[in-house]
Amino acid sequence: MHRSFLALFFLAAFAVPAFADDPVITITLKDHQFVPAEVPAPAGVKIKLVVRNEQKVNAEFESHSLHREKIVAAGGEVTVFVGPLNAGSYEFFDDFHSGTRGHLVVK
Amino acid sequence: MLPTAIIVFREVLEAALIVGIVMAASRGAQRRGLWVSGGIATGVLGACLVALFAATIAAAAAGMGQELFDAGILFAAVGMLGWHNIWMSRHGRELASQAVQLGNEVRSGARPLWALAFAVALAVLREGSEIVLFLYGIALGGNGGPLAMGAGGLIGLALGVAAGAAIYWGLVSIPMRLLFTVTSWLVLLLAAGLASQGAAFLMQANLLPALGDNLWDTSFLLSDQSLAGRVLHTLVGYTAQPAGIQLVFYGATLLVIGGLMRLVGSAEQPTRAKPGRGSAVSPAE
Repeated sequence: MHRSFLALFFLAAFAVPAFADDPVITITLKDHQFVPAEVPAPAGVKIKLVVRNEQKVNAEFESHSLHREKIVAAGGEVTVFVGPLNAGSYEFFDDFHSGTRGHLVVK
Repeated sequence: MLPTAIIVFREVLEAALIVGIVMAASRGAQRRGLWVSGGIATGVLGACLVALFAATIAAAAAGMGQELFDAGILFAAVGMLGWHNIWMSRHGRELASQAVQLGNEVRSGARPLWALAFAVALAVLREGSEIVLFLYGIALGGNGGPLAMGAGGLIGLALGVAAGAAIYWGLVSIPMRLLFTVTSWLVLLLAAGLASQGAAFLMQANLLPALGDNLWDTSFLLSDQSLAGRVLHTLVGYTAQPAGIQLVFYGATLLVIGGLMRLVGSAEQPTRAKPGRGSAVSPAE
C-alpha cells in the first residue's frame, strides 16, 4: 500500500518536474460562459491553465495573443501552459462559439 | 443555423484556399483532378478517424497529443509543398513550354502530384476534424436541431468551396507562362505560413521557447478574426501578434525551400531540349 503510493508519488514527481511549482488556474466553461471571465494571473512565471468544459458541446479554447488553440471535449478538461507573460490583458475565446470570451489579466 | 454556417465556413475556407492554389499550381498536369479529389477524399476520411480518436490523441504525450499531432500534420504538409516546389523549379520550365506547345496538356511524368495530393489531404484532415468535432458536439448537445445544423453546415461548406473556386479562377486567368512563377511563390508562402502555425503548436506543447511572446501587434490594422485576416493567415501566414519562434520558422522555411529551389533550378541545363512527345519529362537525369 505504502509502496505503491510512494511509487505513484515518484512517478508523478518525475513526469512533471518542471511544472511542480507553477501556479494552477482553472477556467470552467459553463452555459457558453467562461467562469471566471476575468482571470487574474501573475506576471513573469509559467502558468498552468486547466480548462474544463462542463457543457454538452465540444469547445475549442483559443487565444491569438497567447498563441493557444486546443479542443476541449464536452465534459472533459485540458491543460494549457502559458507564460511567462508580461503584464497586460490577454483575450481568449471558444472558437466553436465565438461569443464566449474571457480575459487573462496578468499583473 | 447561422453560427454553424460561419464556423464551418471558417474551417472549410483554409482547406479550400489550399486546394484552389494546388489546382492552379498543377494546371496542365494530367489527372490532377483525380489526384486532388483523391487527396480531398482521403482527408475527409482521415478527419472522421481523427475526430473519432480525438480523446486518445489528446491524452497522448502527457496531454500534449493534440499539439504534437497538429504540428506533425502541418510540418508534413510543409514538406510536401516544398518537395513539389523544388521538383518544379527543376522541371517546371520544360513542362510549361511543352504545355504551351502541346495545348496545355502534358503528361505528368514523374511530377510529384502525389505530394500535392498529400498536402491537400493533410489540410482537409486538419480542418475537417475540427468541423466533425464541432458538429458532433452540436448534434449531441441538441440545440438547434439536426435540420438547422445540416443546413448551416452545407451553407458554410458551399461558401468555403466558393472561396477556393474564386482563388482558382483568379489564378488561372493569369497567362500560363506567369502562372508557374506566381503559384510557386504562393505555394512557398503557404508552406512558410503552415510552418509558423506548426511552431506555435510546438510552443504550446512546451517544446519550443516563444522567443518573445508578441513581437508586435497589428490587430488594430487587421484582426486575426476578420475574414481578410483569416484569408491572409492561410495564404501567407499572417498573424497579428506573432511570437519570435514563429518568425524563425517562417523565415527558415522560406530560406530552405527557396534556397533549394534556386539551387536545383540553376543546376538545370536545358541542353537536351528534345521536342517532347509521349513521356514529356525524363525523371531526374
